[in-house]
Amino acid sequence: MTREARRRAAIAASATLPLLLAGCELGPKETTQYGPRGAAMEQVVNLNLKQDPGVPPPSAYQLDTREGQRAREIYPELKVLGDISVEEFGLLMANITAWVVPADAAPSEQGCNYCHNPENMASYEKYTKTVALSMLKMTQNINVNWQQHVKQTGVTCYTCHRGNAVPQYNWSFKPDEDQTTILGNKQGQNTPVQAVGWSSLPNDPNSYFLGDREIKVVGRALHPGSTPNDLKGAEHTYGLMMRISGALGVNCTFCHNAQSFQDWDISRLQKQTAWHGIRMVREANADYIQPLQTTFPANMGRLGPMGDPLKVNCQTCHQAQSKPLGGISMLADNPALAELGAWHSAASAPDAVIAGGIVRTADGIAGAVAVVPAATASAVVEKVQAVRASLATPAG
Amino acid sequence: MALLSFERKYRVRGGTLVGGDLFDFWVGPFYVGFFGVTTIFFAALGTALIFWGASQGPTWNPWLISIAPPDLKYGLGLAPMMDGGLWQIITICAIGAFVSWMMREVEICRKLGMGYHVPFAFGVAIFAYVTLVVFRPLLLGAWGHGFPYGIFSHLDWVSNVGYQFLHFHYNPAHMIAVSFFFTTTFALGLHGSLILSSANPQKGNDVRSPEYEDAFFRDVLGYSVGELGIHRLGLFLALSAGFWSAVCIIISGPFWTRGWPEWWTWWLNLPIWS
Repeated sequence: MTREARRRAAIAASATLPLLLAGCELGPKETTQYGPRGAAMEQVVNLNLKQDPGVPPPSAYQLDTREGQRAREIYPELKVLGDISVEEFGLLMANITAWVVPADAAPSEQGCNYCHNPENMASYEKYTKTVALSMLKMTQNINVNWQQHVKQTGVTCYTCHRGNAVPQYNWSFKPDEDQTTILGNKQGQNTPVQAVGWSSLPNDPNSYFLGDREIKVVGRALHPGSTPNDLKGAEHTYGLMMRISGALGVNCTFCHNAQSFQDWDISRLQKQTAWHGIRMVREANADYIQPLQTTFPANMGRLGPMGDPLKVNCQTCHQAQSKPLGGISMLADNPALAELGAWHSAASAPDAVIAGGIVRTADGIAGAVAVVPAATASAVVEKVQAVRASLATPAG
Repeated sequence: MALLSFERKYRVRGGTLVGGDLFDFWVGPFYVGFFGVTTIFFAALGTALIFWGASQGPTWNPWLISIAPPDLKYGLGLAPMMDGGLWQIITICAIGAFVSWMMREVEICRKLGMGYHVPFAFGVAIFAYVTLVVFRPLLLGAWGHGFPYGIFSHLDWVSNVGYQFLHFHYNPAHMIAVSFFFTTTFALGLHGSLILSSANPQKGNDVRSPEYEDAFFRDVLGYSVGELGIHRLGLFLALSAGFWSAVCIIISGPFWTRGWPEWWTWWLNLPIWS
């Protein structure tokens, strides 16, 4: 090689180096060990990219006691929250308003008015109230019946909503791809999207979150026909795993030891938590959200392109945290969400509202107050109305 | 095969780097040298420690014996002997033995007046190993990032490291390394079959000369890299495979923490179509 050629080669090599480095992620790293030593079950996190879990908003006020007059005595129309005290009911309404009602709602929809007709609080003329009723039941059901997933931390409306009327992370069914040409039909894969971690895997993992589609990778028998019966089935499962991984901000070794993905004994306990989580999400979608299909109005961003409601998956709550909101529980301030309300024992009553979106008229709040002794009720009602008034005015 | 009759004439004194004449002798067919002594020392100690570690472990099943590195909590410090300290000592022994062997090759090259291609090539393999158990753990701040010394356990380690980054096949350096590994075996297959076919002519014919070999590939591909060239190419392909393997693991963690498929979003985000 001549000197000139060497010089050129050196320049070319040194010019390539910055290009290679441009693909690098510099900065301090934080490592966590998940498994036994030497198993390489660990998470490396770039601290510059670490996502803030966020801080839940403080409760509107603290509840001193759960004793006192029951809400049902004042608001006889209550379907879910009638068994709690009036004060707790008022607090929960205030908190829900802060969690769910968007700050930039139209003046006529601010505060309580987002769900209620201020002239008749018991009325179901606004669809949002019907939805809220179903969501309250869903939240209580999750906190009571799905503690294998949510543990004692539980969830509140805020876990998903974060101040939005529609939770930011949701999914709905997608229209079929163009299947008229070979090039146009990608067989539901080979399209880099965040849902499957930008890989070429089958990219509609959300279909696992409604129904009871089997989640398997390794066949249990030697011959074809055992589950899964094709490679694509395994790839679908991998797509779902990518979905979960991205939603929680963790890698595969957070739950699995890659020696055997299916083996419960060498997997981490998180795999069991996730197993229950998938079933929990399925129930939430099937029993509480999908039935609202006819309740939601069209063309308001509540329904997907196929007309089904926007549904939940892992990301809806987790938002890139292995524990939503960094594991902070909001149930202590909102204990009513951690128990099944009266609706559960009287299971049949509220379903008419949910399914049909029937608008019910009922006695207004003044009428309700009349049936209880005025002396005890007035103080509580005053407090509730004070909170309501503060919510109706835009936050300063 | 015993010592070849002509080998004696290549046994020349000198060329040693350390120890002068002290270790400049042969034992049977083997050159000893200072680095031969250190190779024996480190290899014997390291192997003995692996056996001792196995004796303290749960199994004598050769597939399952494993000497694991420390927990991450020990960082870059020394770990207790049975909690990864043994791995640390064995790692020192392994590097000592590998480097000694390479230096012994250097001394033999010097004796024979050869270039250093063989020790250099071995050095690339050592570099890949040291990248795994020293450089990357140093960059990530804990010896626990090294791989365990066991047949199955090191495979589990490889698999789990891959899944730490969701899908390791999207690691660009891994792609390059894999391509080089395949290409080096491909080239070796072409070259080996060519040599065997030349050396085994049809009945009644003489062994064919390199001109025939060149003519074969000129007819097939339009080009023959030549008898020296194929060995240069082979060395380049093989060393590139090892080198890019080292790159693909050193960037995983120290220089990239997300899933490897996500790295390619730079392509999706190119201003041409995004």
